[in-house]
Amino acid sequence: MTTMTLAGTLVELDAEGFLVDAGQWNEQIAQEIAAGNGIEQLSDRHWQVINFMRKSYLETGSAPSIRSLGKTSGVPIKELYELFPKGPAKLAAKIGGIPKPRGCI
Amino acid sequence: MAHRIVILGGGTGGTLVANRLQRRYGRQASITVIDRDDAHVYQPGLLFVPFGLTEAEEVVRPRHAQLRDGIDFRLAEVASVDIAAATVDLLDGERLGYDVLVIATGASLQPQETEGLSGPEWGSSIHTFYSLEGAIALRPALEAFEGGRLVVDIIDMPIKCPVAPLEFCFLADWQLRQRGLRDEVEITLVTPLDGAFTKPVASARLGALLEEKNIRVEAEFATGRVDALARTLHSWDEREISYDLLVAVPVHGGPTYIERSPALGDALGFVPTDRHTLQSKAAANVFVIGDASDVPTSKAGSVTHFEGETVVENIQRHLEGSELASTYDGHANCFIETGFHKALLIDFDYDTEPLPGRFPEPRLGPLALLSESRLNHLAKLAFQPLYWHVLLPGHDIPGVGAPFHPAARQPAGHRSGGPR
Repeated sequence: MTTMTLAGTLVELDAEGFLVDAGQWNEQIAQEIAAGNGIEQLSDRHWQVINFMRKSYLETGSAPSIRSLGKTSGVPIKELYELFPKGPAKLAAKIGGIPKPRGCI
Repeated sequence: MAHRIVILGGGTGGTLVANRLQRRYGRQASITVIDRDDAHVYQPGLLFVPFGLTEAEEVVRPRHAQLRDGIDFRLAEVASVDIAAATVDLLDGERLGYDVLVIATGASLQPQETEGLSGPEWGSSIHTFYSLEGAIALRPALEAFEGGRLVVDIIDMPIKCPVAPLEFCFLADWQLRQRGLRDEVEITLVTPLDGAFTKPVASARLGALLEEKNIRVEAEFATGRVDALARTLHSWDEREISYDLLVAVPVHGGPTYIERSPALGDALGFVPTDRHTLQSKAAANVFVIGDASDVPTSKAGSVTHFEGETVVENIQRHLEGSELASTYDGHANCFIETGFHKALLIDFDYDTEPLPGRFPEPRLGPLALLSESRLNHLAKLAFQPLYWHVLLPGHDIPGVGAPFHPAARQPAGHRSGGPR
């Protein structure tokens, strides 16, 4: 667990860089996490995915996996990988300030 | 009037819950188990079939014969469930009402979800050992394989028994060494995860074991499509891996009736379930056991076994109108075959990752956690008769209770530099 300042807010991050408290999140923090992970500017399509993930997490208590994102977010899997290189669900969760998707167990 | 309990699925979970309920209620409950076939497969045995270490007929028994007298077994395909009306429609047109429904239909393999996977090469250069037919067809393919690239590909998570693909690599390594062909074959494990396993300490230990055995790991590779003619795998982010023989673990989802049942399942067909009470989130009188649920632990027989107690207890509490018990803790354990008559064992729950230590008694064992031993291998073999004669009938296995006991594990923080 580490503490650091993102967009002027003191936040706690876990070992893998995920926000510990989803309630501390805001859009500026999202921009900073994105920049730190190689995404300079978050587009509308990025936000569509990030907001969808946050909404599902806050409603259901877990973040969707890539496959369910592809089926339900309105953004096909191919594009998810273009928007969030390597691990879209993981990276979008990290930027969205929610825990790592639990699909991978 | 007797409680009407309908159980969908006559596999590990459906069978052990039916038997426990029948013992608890006797004539006070009418218990119906529905399955579309009468072949109960001991799924941990599938791993051994391709290597000729087990014969196919040794891992299959009739489903009905595992159920106690007094339980009604029906061969039928489920059309859909109406949770508002509390009814199950069967494809043959019959409608069953229930007081309690147990969903125990597991996870199904969906090779058709991946472009190029289930075409004409399926069964010739593309195989799986995750089904009985697949495991049987893979045996001659492995025997005929004399050199080249053997690729084991986990297409996407979640899958049943996430360690089985690793075990397959270990056993392939062993078999190829015995045949004097190991130097002719490159074995690669392809996984969408960032390492060999989902939890850090076990992932590091298993990663080291793969390296020792010269098995390559291609991590964070999410397979988008298979070019079966060129014999290449393509990731969503445009990476490419060539193979000569592909052993694929197809994506898993729920059975199709879940999709046809309004408000029951999630996007993948798994049933949203309370992770501690195992009651479905869709309806108070629907409980879920085993791979069919979305609880965040491994899809594994051990999980199903440990969930059984909670499901049976909570069905009773629901019928009595009392508060449910939040007793399931995510407990899972798996033996991991590593070849050469050895295995290692991991034991974990929702909160504690697999760590070194002893099992089932802290400090005493006799089984070692997260390290290879011959005794672990023998224990894995010994488990199969226990499965048929103790676990399915719904008896307790001595020393192996449902709750997880983290005592005497070494906390991850006390260890530096990863596994020894």
